[in-house]
This record gives sequence, structure tokens and C-alpha cells, in this order.
Amino acid sequence: MTAPELDHTRPMAPQEAVPGPMGGVLEGVDVSCWFGSRKVLEGVNIKMDAGVVTALIGPSGCGKSTFLRTLNRMHELVPIATLAGSVLLDGHDIYGVGLRLTEVRRRIGMVFQKPNPFPAMTIADNVAAGLKLTGKKVADRDGLIEASLRRAGLWNEVRNRLDAPAGGLSGGQQQRLCIARSLAVSPDVLLMDEPCSALDPTSTRRIEETILELKDQVTIVIVTHNMQQAQRVSQHCAFFLAAENEPGRVIEQGPTDRLFSDPNDPRTADYVNGRFG
Amino acid sequence: MQTTDPQGSVPSDVPEPPPHADEPRKLEARLTDADRVYRAVVSSGAAATLLLITLIGVFLLIGAWPALKEAGFSFLTEKVWTPDGQPPRFGVAAMMFGTFVSAVVAMAITVPVAVCTSLFINEYAPRAVRRSLTSLVDLMAAIPSLIFAIWGLFFLVPALAPIEDWVVAQFGGWLPLAEASATGGSLFNAGLIVACMTIPITTSIIREVLAQAPRHECEGALALGGTRWGMITSVVLPFGKGGIIGGSMLGLGRALGETLAATLILSIAFEIKPRILENGGITVASGIAIEFRDAKEMGLSALMAAGLALFIVTFAINFLAAMVVSRSRSGAST
Ligand SMILES: Nc1ncnc2c1ncn2[C@@H]1O[C@H](COP(=O)(O)OP(=O)(O)O)[C@@H](O)[C@H]1O
Ligand SMILES: [Mg+2]
Repeated sequence: MTAPELDHTRPMAPQEAVPGPMGGVLEGVDVSCWFGSRKVLEGVNIKMDAGVVTALIGPSGCGKSTFLRTLNRMHELVPIATLAGSVLLDGHDIYGVGLRLTEVRRRIGMVFQKPNPFPAMTIADNVAAGLKLTGKKVADRDGLIEASLRRAGLWNEVRNRLDAPAGGLSGGQQQRLCIARSLAVSPDVLLMDEPCSALDPTSTRRIEETILELKDQVTIVIVTHNMQQAQRVSQHCAFFLAAENEPGRVIEQGPTDRLFSDPNDPRTADYVNGRFG
Repeated sequence: MQTTDPQGSVPSDVPEPPPHADEPRKLEARLTDADRVYRAVVSSGAAATLLLITLIGVFLLIGAWPALKEAGFSFLTEKVWTPDGQPPRFGVAAMMFGTFVSAVVAMAITVPVAVCTSLFINEYAPRAVRRSLTSLVDLMAAIPSLIFAIWGLFFLVPALAPIEDWVVAQFGGWLPLAEASATGGSLFNAGLIVACMTIPITTSIIREVLAQAPRHECEGALALGGTRWGMITSVVLPFGKGGIIGGSMLGLGRALGETLAATLILSIAFEIKPRILENGGITVASGIAIEFRDAKEMGLSALMAAGLALFIVTFAINFLAAMVVSRSRSGAST
């Protein structure tokens, strides 16, 4: 699959609040990470194509979250964290001088493991929070809120209580609210770090449906511990593993079907068949 | 110490309602002995505090009674303070006015400075200096107010004199607030010195509370493309609202009762005027400290009444603050 050429110099028109037909192409090149002097990730190369859901799998502590956080420059929020390599968004290094940090984070959104809506804000304000944070003006704020909530599959549940505080929603609803909040700033890429690990099966299914509906509009990268989930939602899959006292590495990656049905590496086979991790 | 158990862990004679009754069931839990001892200790501590406050209030009320009877309602409206004169004339109006003006000036300076300092230390200062800045603020909170008052009297007020004179010259003509015949011993300067005393403790509390802002919500704001300032306004400050109010109220409590600064700085004058930069003013606390020495019978009682008034005001403000704080998320941690 080839990535479409996107012209990133054009200004955002208001109606573009609902983003274009395709997300961006994200590529990690030789990414290594340290916390202090401890190297936790080594030489990761993954290309996350537009229109494709990429799943990152592997046992706990092998550096999946760390890698994900290098993809939108959240990694550097940890004071002792450092990294090497580069991350390209449509060919431009997000760590380069050409892209502003806030712009990188707006274009590469993130949904966290623990739902983190702003609890004191109303549901509507939560969805629109990113607009305020990025200083963006939209002509049709209500329309954008509705569209974002619809895309996150939450509209029907909250349409009558948009002015209620977000803290009153269930965990699954809060997580979808966070997805809506990320979508409202029209990102090219959406990173999800175990978005369902704190949720019940029904909420999990709703979010998986949402992911499948979004995948043609936004490039999605999802970390998951759930093998079935990886198979249900992703088309590309990368298996991370860290040997004892060694940094995490990508052991194997490829089309999800192939990785699960016919893994090349015995460690991958063991992991996807639930023999460890 | 014997405490009666309101829950009545002793079986009562009242028959229990049948479990299927369609009404909320009364829930009881048998306390262990350790729990009971703990509860006794804790509640007697709380009771002692309440008792102390009540005793102070009663003591003030008894002492103030002759003066209150003499002055009646005019105690609240009278500015003059000649309780030992013939006939006695006195009231808290001027003192209360001065107390409020200096406290408002102090808080108007303290709160923004404290919030900005806290945000700087928590969010912007390099990690290497964060810890030393924090201890510096805590250390300042421990400096006796006498030091601040003397420093204010001999350094800050003279240093500010040219600026204040300039403001008076520029704006005095048309802005009553800035009018003054002479500057230096003004309520504004008193409030300024009080601010120096309240800033450290207020900053210390506010910084502590703002540092508790949930990290994952802060990350959520940053991940949307927000700047650090955006994160502060959308997460940190809303979270810390209760703590900011709580810390400010603690500062305000100190400002209302602050005696030294006003006693040393103010040129005493029992008057009510909008000219806060002008010499002359009085606060309840400094009034009590100054008038106390020469007070005769009615004078003492009148000072008690002034003290009672301050006591009630402080109490009411703290009560209001507690209500605001308890409704906010960070309130629990103040
Ligand atoms: N903030 C941090 N400070 C120090 N070490 C960390 C931090 N976050 C993660 N690590 C370490 O980095 C390694 C990878 O962690 P992580 O990326 O969270 O793994 P995963 O998401 O795959 O479970 C772990 O060994 C973890 O202990
Ligand atoms: Mg993780």
C-alpha cells in the first residue's frame, strides 16, 4: 500500500475539522530509548501506513508504551528519558526543527490506557478542549462536537447530556470521549496504548468497532495485550520482546494474519499462542 | 476518657424491622476495641478544639458586654475611639475598614504572586533548582513577621516612596484611590508588608496542592497539542482551585490578624477614606495593641468588643472558605 501525497503546507479550513480521507504515514527509524542510563528499547524500525491499523504486541515491560510515546514526543516528558533515531511523519522528522512540538502532538493524537477526560469539564467542553488548547477557531463548534462524538461512537449515549460533567460517564464512555476529544483536533495519526485494558467486554467491542470505522480516516497504532483484539482490529503487527536485562527489540513484524498463522520466529509463535507473557 | 457511643453498640430494645421491609435498612457495624479507643482519642481532640474556640468566644463576649451595652448599634458605625472619654464614644468602623483594606491589598498581591511562584517552581523551573526553591519558600514561611515588619519599615517603604509619590502626582488629581497629602504610613503600605508575610505560607500550600494535579490528565492536555500554559489552565488550575482558595484563606486569616506590620507602619488615624496611599489608618489588631496600654475600664471592654468583632469575621471567612474548598477536588488535600 502506498501513501498518498499530502500537502501539509495548506492551512486548515474550518470544514476540515473533519479530517481528510486518509491519515498520515508514520515511520520509526532506528528508535532507541533510555531511562537514565538504562536502555529499554533498541533499534526499532516500524512503518505505520495510512489506512492500516498497526498493532504492537509483546509481554509487559518490553517497551511498547515507550515506543508509542516516542511517536508523538510524549517520551521526553519523563525528565530522565532520552532517545536516538528518528520518527518520520509523512517523511518529516517530528524531532526536527521544521515541526513544532505542539503541532506534532496535535497531528499525532494519543489515547491512554487509563481514560483521562478532564473531569470537571462538561462532555462537550472535553471534546472541544483540544481546540482551546491549540488555539484553533472553528465556525461550527457544536457541529464538530457532534461529528467527533459520532465518530467515536458515543453520540447516541450522551446527546442529551452534553452539559453534564465528564466525570459522571462510565469507564468505557470516558475512553470513547477521549477518542472523540483526540479526533476533534483532526489528527493524522491516533496512538492508542492498551485503550481497552481497563474496560468491560461490551465497551471493548464498541471501541474495536470505532477503530475499524476510523481506520480509513486516521492512521491507527494500537498497543494491546489481547491477541484476539490484535487479530480483530489490526492489519500490521509488530512483536516486541525484551530478554532479561536487555533492551526491548522488535522480534518480528508483518501482516497480522501471517504473524499469527505462520510466525517465523519461535518466540513469536510461543507468544501469540499464549505460551508466555 | 469516657465517650458515649451514639451508634449504640449495646443491643437496643427497639425491635428491628423485618429485613424485607421496603425502606432503607439501618446499617450498623460493631467497632473493635482498637477502633473505639482511636475514635475516643480523635473525637476528644476535636472536642478540645471546639471547647477552646467556644471558651475564647465566651471570654470575649463577657469582656465586651459592658462596651456593647454602652455603644449599642453605633459600635458598628462609629469611627472615633475615645471609650474612656466623657461621654464615651467608640466603634469598630475605622478599625474594620483598615483591617479590610490592608487585607485586601495584601491578598491582591499575595494570591497572584503565590500562584505564579508555585507554577514556576512546579512547571517551569529546571529540575535542578526546583528542590532548592521549594525549601527556600518553606524557609521564608518560618521567618518571624517582626523581621518582615522591620525590613518593610526601614527598607521597602522608603524604597517605594518615590514610586508612590509619582503615582500620587500622576493620578491623584482624578483618582480618589491615588490621592494623598503624604505617603509612607498608609494602609496600602501596611498591606504590602502583610503580603510579604503571607506570600511564603500561601505559596507553600498552593505549590503543594498544584503539584498533586493528576499527571495523566496533564499528559492528556499535552497530547492534544496543548502548550504547557494550556495544560496549566485546563488541568492544573481547575484541579487546584480548592487548594488555591484554601491557601489564600490561610493567608487572609493571617493578614486579618497581623498586628506588627500595621502597628509599625501605619500613622494612626481613626478614619475611613478611599485614599489608601495616604498616611493614616488603623486596623483592629494594631488598634488593640496600641490602645491597650492606656485603656481604662470602658476602654478595655471596648477593645474586647473589637477583638470579638475580628474573631467573628475571621471565623465567618474561614467557614465560607471551608465550604468552597470542600466542594472542589483538591480541597481534600488542604
Ligand atoms: N518513567 C519511567 N522511568 C523509568 N523507567 C521506565 C519508565 N517508564 C517505563 N520504564 C521502563 O521501561 C521499560 C519499558 O516499559 P514500557 O514501555 O512501559 O513497557 P510496556 O508498555 O511494553 O509494558 C520497563 O522496563 C519499564 O520499567
Ligand atoms: Mg505499556
